[in-house]
Amino acid sequence: MIKIAIFGFGAVGQGVAEVLLTKRDSLRRLIGDFKVVAVTDSRGGIVDENGVDLAKALEIKRKNKRLPEGITTLDVIESLDFDVCIEVTVTNIEHGEPGLTHIRECLKRGINVVTSNKGPLVVAYSKLADLADRNDAKLMFEATVGGAMPIIKLVKNDLAGNEIYAIKGILNGTCNYILSRMEKEKLSYDQILAEAKELGIAEADPTYDVEGIDAAAKLVIIANSLMGMNVKFDDVERVGITKITPEAFEVAMDKGYTIRLIAEVDRAEGVLRVSPRLIPIQHPLAISGTLNAALIKTDLAGDVVVVGKGAGSKETASAIVSDLVELYRC
Amino acid sequence: MLITIVVELKDQPGQLLKALEPISRFGGNIVSVYHQRDKITPLKRIPVEITIQIDEKRVNDLIEAIRKNGVIVRSYNEVRLTATTSLLLIGHIIHTDLGDTINRIDSTGFAEVVDMHISMPQLNQPSTAMVTISATNEEKLKRAIEILKNTCREKDITVIEPLELQ
Repeated sequence: MIKIAIFGFGAVGQGVAEVLLTKRDSLRRLIGDFKVVAVTDSRGGIVDENGVDLAKALEIKRKNKRLPEGITTLDVIESLDFDVCIEVTVTNIEHGEPGLTHIRECLKRGINVVTSNKGPLVVAYSKLADLADRNDAKLMFEATVGGAMPIIKLVKNDLAGNEIYAIKGILNGTCNYILSRMEKEKLSYDQILAEAKELGIAEADPTYDVEGIDAAAKLVIIANSLMGMNVKFDDVERVGITKITPEAFEVAMDKGYTIRLIAEVDRAEGVLRVSPRLIPIQHPLAISGTLNAALIKTDLAGDVVVVGKGAGSKETASAIVSDLVELYRC
Repeated sequence: MLITIVVELKDQPGQLLKALEPISRFGGNIVSVYHQRDKITPLKRIPVEITIQIDEKRVNDLIEAIRKNGVIVRSYNEVRLTATTSLLLIGHIIHTDLGDTINRIDSTGFAEVVDMHISMPQLNQPSTAMVTISATNEEKLKRAIEILKNTCREKDITVIEPLELQ
């Protein structure tokens, strides 16, 4: 019986709970019997060693906007017996908290971690990877990069044995939405940003996305975990999309190009940057809408391209569940 | 235009000057001088490869003048710019001295701005330019792009680079 704890019960946490609930039978066939023994959010949580009623937990959270108070995530880690934590609290790329402490405390105790939280990995990937190794625990983080688009396990497993020369990708769906709409509608950045906010694609404060911060954080995770590098967030050369004009698309289009925000890591060239780039319109990275894409350059397999949905609670849950299955496949 | 002249010089002091003196007289700009000491001729002359930027119309007179100085001109060729790429600039391109921006590339001697397409929507609005740069090889092209990026950083112009140099 696999005992799971879910830390963080926002959109992603709830998405995971729903998938565990609705796909219970098919997941059991894959990984054997499992139960969720704790669900926590920033204010409290529900603990039941016999298995939390997820439908009820979701109902309480939706009705009250919070879980019952009186329990903290650290209490759960210190006192409860469980095998794997799903760490889906809010990302903070400056100090990584609260996720960093959650992940560290779990790994120390030999508890496996599956996370969608970029912060702890951006701040302390190599330390966490070491900690996991020393305690015979696994740290899984497919959901930190590209949402449902497979890239972490794709490179680690399916491209195992390849040397990864470079990865170039579209890692932020919000920017890609804005740029592809500007390309089509010939409207200004501000007009399309307003549209994206209305559709819930961009946040009220879009800085994190449009200045390339989110993409840079994901690039750091890719560089450190897939290419054996040891880089920090501040090492990323970063230019956002706010200064791009509709005329830029027209001029580019005359030469057969469009513009996309590309995150690029190239070890030999010493490149680590997020910046708008000219992309030939027939290039696989010239994708539209909120999609993510990545071009992986390898020695044996040549170029491999993946495209997928980069955000959304169900899509992120897909990546988390795939990590869970990878850990416990029968 | 950019040309490469290969001359053969005696291994004596003052020989190089005989080859270089006419270049400045004809308004040429010396980009590089390379002594091919490993290719010394049977008559113990050293081939020297001189790359210069000069007005196309004055090339023949220049070669004539170098020969008159008693220097053997083995060959001279226009340098072909083999690596080309296009970049997009967004910002106040005209009002930040476009001539200077272009000249910083052209004056390198190894790269040139060969094409430019500018779109100016309205007065005081940022303009957009598609700039095509050619260089003698890919390495030099990368250096030219770095020069352009640094220039544009100074002038607060956004540079959008191509995904790959073709």
